[in-house]
Amino acid sequence: MQVNESSKEFKPCIVAFCCNWCSYAGADLAGSNRLSYPADVKIIRVPCSCRVNPLFILRAFQRGADGVILCGCHPGDCHYTTGNYYARRRMTMLFSMLDYLGIEKERTRVEWVSAAEGAKFAATMNDFISTVQSLGENRKLRDLRCKE
Amino acid sequence: MHKIGVFVCWCGSNIAATVDVKAVAEAASKEPCVVYATDYQYMCSESGQNLIIDAIKEHNLTGVVICSCSPRMHETTFRKAAQKAGLNPYMVEIANIREQCSWIHKDMAEATAKAIVLARAAIAKVQLNKPLIAGESEVTKRCLVIGGGIAGIQTALDVAEAGFPVDIVEKKPTIGGKMAQLDKTFPTLDCAACILTPRMVEAGAHENITLHTYSEVEEVSGFVGNFTVKIRKKARKVKMDLCTGCGLCTEKCPMKKQPNEFNMGLDKRGAIYIPFAQAVPKVPVIDVEACLKFKTGKCGICSKVCTAGAIDYEQQDEIIEQKYGAIVLATGFDQIKPTKFGELGYSQYPDVVTSLEYERLMNAAGPTKGHLLRPSDGKPPKEIVFVQCVGSRGQSCRDKSYCSKVCCMYTAKHAILTKDHYPDTNIHVFYIDERTPGKNFDEFYRRAVEQYGVDYIKGQVGKVYEENGKLMVQGSDLLANEQITLAADMVVLAAAIEPDKTARSLGTMLTASMDTNDFFTEAHAKLRPVESPTAGVFLSGMCQGPKDIPETVSQAGAAAVKVIGLLTKDKLLGNPCVAHSDEMLCNGCSQCARVCPYGAITYVDKEFRVPGPKRVETRRVAVVNEAVCQGCGACTVTCPSTAMDLKGFSNRQIMSEVDAICK
Amino acid sequence: MQGIIEKVTELLDNGTVDRVLAWKAGEFSYDRTPAVFDKESGLYGLVYDSFCVNNLSKYLIEESKKDGKVLVLMKPCDSYGLNMLIKEHRVDREKIYVLGVPCKCKVSVDKIKATGLTGILDIVEEGNDIKVTTVYGDTTLDRKDVLCDKCMVCKDKVVVVYDEKIESDETAGIEKLDRMAEVEALEAMTPDERFNFWRSQLSKCIRCNACRNVCPICSCTKCVFDNDNTGISSKANVDSFEENMFHIVRAYHVAGRCTDCGECSRVCPQNIPLHLLNRKFIKEMNELYGTYQAGTDAEAKDPLTAFTKEDAEPSVIYNR
Repeated sequence: MQVNESSKEFKPCIVAFCCNWCSYAGADLAGSNRLSYPADVKIIRVPCSCRVNPLFILRAFQRGADGVILCGCHPGDCHYTTGNYYARRRMTMLFSMLDYLGIEKERTRVEWVSAAEGAKFAATMNDFISTVQSLGENRKLRDLRCKE
Repeated sequence: MHKIGVFVCWCGSNIAATVDVKAVAEAASKEPCVVYATDYQYMCSESGQNLIIDAIKEHNLTGVVICSCSPRMHETTFRKAAQKAGLNPYMVEIANIREQCSWIHKDMAEATAKAIVLARAAIAKVQLNKPLIAGESEVTKRCLVIGGGIAGIQTALDVAEAGFPVDIVEKKPTIGGKMAQLDKTFPTLDCAACILTPRMVEAGAHENITLHTYSEVEEVSGFVGNFTVKIRKKARKVKMDLCTGCGLCTEKCPMKKQPNEFNMGLDKRGAIYIPFAQAVPKVPVIDVEACLKFKTGKCGICSKVCTAGAIDYEQQDEIIEQKYGAIVLATGFDQIKPTKFGELGYSQYPDVVTSLEYERLMNAAGPTKGHLLRPSDGKPPKEIVFVQCVGSRGQSCRDKSYCSKVCCMYTAKHAILTKDHYPDTNIHVFYIDERTPGKNFDEFYRRAVEQYGVDYIKGQVGKVYEENGKLMVQGSDLLANEQITLAADMVVLAAAIEPDKTARSLGTMLTASMDTNDFFTEAHAKLRPVESPTAGVFLSGMCQGPKDIPETVSQAGAAAVKVIGLLTKDKLLGNPCVAHSDEMLCNGCSQCARVCPYGAITYVDKEFRVPGPKRVETRRVAVVNEAVCQGCGACTVTCPSTAMDLKGFSNRQIMSEVDAICK
Repeated sequence: MQGIIEKVTELLDNGTVDRVLAWKAGEFSYDRTPAVFDKESGLYGLVYDSFCVNNLSKYLIEESKKDGKVLVLMKPCDSYGLNMLIKEHRVDREKIYVLGVPCKCKVSVDKIKATGLTGILDIVEEGNDIKVTTVYGDTTLDRKDVLCDKCMVCKDKVVVVYDEKIESDETAGIEKLDRMAEVEALEAMTPDERFNFWRSQLSKCIRCNACRNVCPICSCTKCVFDNDNTGISSKANVDSFEENMFHIVRAYHVAGRCTDCGECSRVCPQNIPLHLLNRKFIKEMNELYGTYQAGTDAEAKDPLTAFTKEDAEPSVIYNR
C-alpha cells in the first residue's frame, strides 16, 4: 500500500454511484440537513444499483478516480424489487477480482443508504474519503494518458 | 453538433451564498458545444422558466443543463419548460448544485469548483441524450380486488359506483372477512354484522361487481392498465346457479364434527356448510377432507335432500383468465395463534382464549348464542383477565416489533360489553401503554375505567397456571411496583395481528414490495399511502399495516379513487427511460431475461441478410416490451456484448459523466 | 478409436448426420487440428487420440448454422461448454448430433518439448509410454509426466450432453491436483505481490485474442472490445490499464458461465495463466453462493443471474 506523504493535503477524486430511489434521495436529505462531507465526492445518479456496470467502475479508475463507492437501497427495499440483490453479487465479485489483482480493496465500497438516511450518507462519505485519503493516490489502476 | 444552454440557479442565497454562480456559468460557457450560459435568481420561477424558454428559441438550443436543486425536486418543471419551447423534454439534464453542493460545503472556492465539475458532467451527458418519447398503452377498464373483507368490499363498491366493472377474489366461501366475525365495534358499539352485511349484500347484488368466492389468484402478468390474471375457482362441489341457499343439506350432513372456522373452532360444523347465516353468496361448500362421500364413496345424503339438484360431486377447479387495468390488494390480516407464548397457557387451558375467540363467545350468532360461557365447562366467568400486547411490540423472535394498534380499543370494548351484560363480573386488564388516539377513543377507554370500574394494571403477565380450578395470572403491577397474582375464570389474550399468509406469494406475483413483516409497502409513506410502488397496484386495509375499521374504510375509499383515476384514462404514458436491445449486437443468450423482474424481455427469431453465398441468417434476438419495462437496468449489466442499453442512462452517458468527473 | 470411426461412418452413411466435426492429423504426427468431414471428403485423416486436445464445442456455433446435421465428437470436459452454448441459445441443438467420446487425459506437446527435447520428428503413444523420436535418437517418457495442465485438475469423465456415447474404462491413472491450489497461493500473497505478479503476467499480453476466440463462453456476435460504441474498444493494449482492463472484463463477462475448460491458458502464446482469473471467480462464487459448475445443467441459473436474500455483503471482501 502506498501512503502519500502529504495525505492531509491529498484531495482524492471519489465517484459515488447512487440509485435514484434511495441513496440519491438520501444524499439530498444529507444536503437538506446541511450534513457536510468533503467536496471530493461527486455523485452520479443511476436508476438502480443494478444499473452500475463494472465497466463504469473500471473506467473511473482508468480516468483517475481514487475511490469508487456504490450506494443503493437496502436489500429487500429495492424500488425494482430485486435490483440490489444482483448488484450485491456483481460488486462482490468485481471487488474480489480487483483485490486478487492486487488493487487496494479499500478503494471500492458498497453501502446501502435509504432515502431516510441522510446522516448515514454523510457519515459513509466521510468515512470512505478518509479511507481513500490514507491510501493516497490511485496509481495501480489508471490510464497514464489521462494524467498530465 | 449540439447547441447547449447552461442555466445556473442562485436559488436565492441557497446556492449563491456558497457557490460563485457567475463563475460556474463562465466555466460552463467554455465547455464544448455550450453556446449559452447564464445565471438567474430563481430558475424554477415563471420568469426563470421563461428565460430558459426564450434562450432555447433564440439560440436554437438542442440540449439544456440546469444547475440547480435536486432533479427530484424540479426535473419535471424544467422538462415541461423545455417542451413548451419545442425541445424534447428528455434533452434536459440537471446538475444538483444545491443538495449535493452548496448546502453541504462551506468553503466557496471548493463548492464552486465542485459545482463546475457537476455542471461539466451534466454537459457531457446531455450531449449524448437522445430525444425520448414516452410510449402509450391502453387501459383495460376493469378492476380486480383481491380480498373480500370490509376493505375489499368498500373499494369494490366505490369503484363499481363510478361505473367500472370490478371483480372480487376471495379465498373463503363467502365475502365479509374478519369484520363479519366481530361482535360490536368500538367506540360506538354498533353491531358489526348490522353495518357489514348490508354492504356484503350490496356488493353481491351490484351490477358492476362480480364475486369470485372460494377462489384464488393463480398467476399475474402484464403491467399497469394491462394486467392479465388467472383465477382459480376452487370446486365448491355445489352448483352456484342452482343452489337456493335453503341450508337443508347442511342440516342433514352426518359429519357434524368439523371445527367451525367462523367461530374460531369453538363449535362444530358439517362437511357441507355455509360459513355463517348472512354469507354472500349464500351457497354451501363441501369440505372434501371431511366429507364421507369423498372419503368412502358412500353417503351422498346432501345430494339426496337437495331438491334443486345443486350438489355436484364431480365439480372440478376452474381457471378463469381476465384482463384488468388496476389491482387492489385487500388481503387483510390474521390474528396470531399465541402458541409460542407457552407461559400464557393458551395451548394448555381451554379458558385462555384469544380476543377473536372471545369476540365469538360474546356474539349472539356465536357458539354460545351470545351468552358469555367459558369453553371448559360452559359456566359464566366471574373474574376475567385481559392481557394486552401478546406478541406485539416485542424484540424477541416470537414477537412482532410493531403495535397491532386495535387491541387497546377492542379490549376496552370487551370490558365494557362484558360489564354491560354481566355487571357482577370483575375485569382486569394488563397493559404496557394504553394507546387510544382516535375520535372518541380516549373517552371510550375512560368510560371503561371510570364508569365501568375496569381494573387496568400497568404491567405484563409473566405466567398463567392452574390452581384449584382457577387460572392463576401472575404479573407485575408497575405502578404499585409489586408482583401480583390474580385468580381468574378466563384469560383473554390480545394476540398480535399479522398480514394474511397469502400476501407474500401475491406480493411476488405482482412484484409489489413488502416490508420485513410482510405488510405491503406504499409508494410513499406520506404522499402515496394507498399505492404500491408497482404501478397499477393499490393497497386497501390491513394488508398495508394495522388499522381499525374507520381507517380501513377511508383507505379503501382512497384506493378506489386512485383506481378510478387510473381507469378513467384511455391511455397511459410510460416512462421512456427503458431498456432497448440493439439487435445487431444481441447474442440471444437469454441472460437479460433471467434478471428482468418484470418479464419485459422476450426473444424472437429474426432473419438478417448476411454477406456471402448464404444470404440470410436467422438469429435469436431480445425484444423489450417498453410498456412493461420499468427501467432498472439490471439487464444492461448482464449483457456481455452491451447490446442491451438503457435509454436516458446509457452506458455512454454514464461513462461520459465518469470521464467528466475524473478529468 | 476404431469404435468411433465405425460409429461415425454408420451415422454418416445412414443419413443421420451430414457432416462430422472432429480432429485431423496435421503435418506432424502429433499435430491435431479441428476439422469438418463429410461424405464427399470421407473420413480420411480423422483421428482421435491423446493429442486431440482442442475444445470443439465453440465450432458448433458456426457449424450448426449450416444446413443439415453435424456430428461432433465430444470429450467429457468440452461437453460443459456445449451445454452452456445450448443454454444460451448460441447453437441449434436440433442440428447437432453429439457423440460422446472417452478421454483419459490429453498429452501436452509443449510439456514434452519442455523436458528439453529438441529436433522432434515423431511422437507416438504406446500404452502409458510416450515414445519420442528426435534427430538425436529415441526417448521414452512416462505419459503421466506430460499431461496437459488442465487435465491435471480434470472435473470428471462424464459427458453431460450427448445423443450417444462411446464408453471406455481406460484412465490416466493420475492423482488429480487441487484445482484451487494455484489460486490459493496467489491469495496468500500480499496485495503488492499479487499486483506485481499480475502486472508481470498481463504485461506480456499481445492482444492476439486467442483466449477470446477459443473460449466457448466468449462468443458474442460483436465483442465490446471490437465495438467503437462501447467506449472501451481497443485493438491493442496501449498501456498497463488496458492490459488489465481487457482481462478483467473478459473474466467478468464469463464469470458464472465459465466451465473452467482451461483452453484460454492453453492457447495463450505468451503463457499467461488466464485460467487463474476465471478460477478465482469460480472459487469465490462456490464459497459465497454455493457450489456451482457451469454447464452441468442447461437449465440452471448461474450465480450472477441469481441471488438469495441472505447473500454476503460486498464488505466480505474488504473485511478479509
